[in-house]
Amino acid sequence: MSGIDWVGAGFALLSGLAGLAAVTSRKVVHAAMWLVVCLGALAGVYLVLGAEVVALVQILVYVGAVVVLVLFALMLTQAPLSRADLDSPRPVRVLAAVIGLAAAGLVGAALTVGQPLTVAGGVEGRARPLGLELFTSWVLGFELVSVLLLAALVAAVAVSRSLDRPDRGR
Amino acid sequence: MNLLVPILLVATLTGLGLYAVIGRRHAVMVLIGAELLVNAGVLLLVIGDLRVAAATTGTPLLTGQVGALFAITIAAAEIGLALAIVLLLFRARGTSDLRDVDSLGEAVERTEASS
Repeated sequence: MSGIDWVGAGFALLSGLAGLAAVTSRKVVHAAMWLVVCLGALAGVYLVLGAEVVALVQILVYVGAVVVLVLFALMLTQAPLSRADLDSPRPVRVLAAVIGLAAAGLVGAALTVGQPLTVAGGVEGRARPLGLELFTSWVLGFELVSVLLLAALVAAVAVSRSLDRPDRGR
Repeated sequence: MNLLVPILLVATLTGLGLYAVIGRRHAVMVLIGAELLVNAGVLLLVIGDLRVAAATTGTPLLTGQVGALFAITIAAAEIGLALAIVLLLFRARGTSDLRDVDSLGEAVERTEASS
């Protein structure tokens, strides 16, 4: 492993540990904060893999928007900061841990066993060819995704308003 | 460049996401687990791009990275809508506990008991 691989390993370790802290945290707000660390470190992994545009979008969309959205949802629902009874009973949690471990082992084994694990070259920036590719071959998909995002956000506003009306009328 | 560590991270995020989706009861925790699952998929797209490039020409086609950008956008749309539904659930039922949201499940049990 070269130097850049160790940098990537550090980011990956941070991301995995923060993800573990996020899913096992008893307070939902703490889980959202650990999610910031996990997804931010994942952006570092993207950078090491030579996908710097994906890394920037990851920071903008996830760390910037999604986590803020989660925090706003928690504030608006006045979520209890610590309530043990919002945790599943122990057998369910043990079962979930077993299923999670099994899935992780299965995915890890399927992706590593008998396949090449090293790639020649590495971390040269690919923003320019990515931009050309995105706005020539994939321009239709790009526009469709924009329309999808717009429709989803309009729908989110419509859904969260619809129950308001009768309350205001009373 | 060694891809073993990123692939192990994909496996880890998949396992953690599944644990949160199955084992937690708070709606927002389940959504956080879904986000981890989506991120595992996005990371796998980026890794797969490098792998296909190494197996064929050597220059990346960047299809995986374009797919990763699309997947991140769709995940953002999904969580925006999902959090609106969580908000609506809290206003209608006064809870974020998924165990309390079982109206559809009860209907299934009733039809099983009657038949």
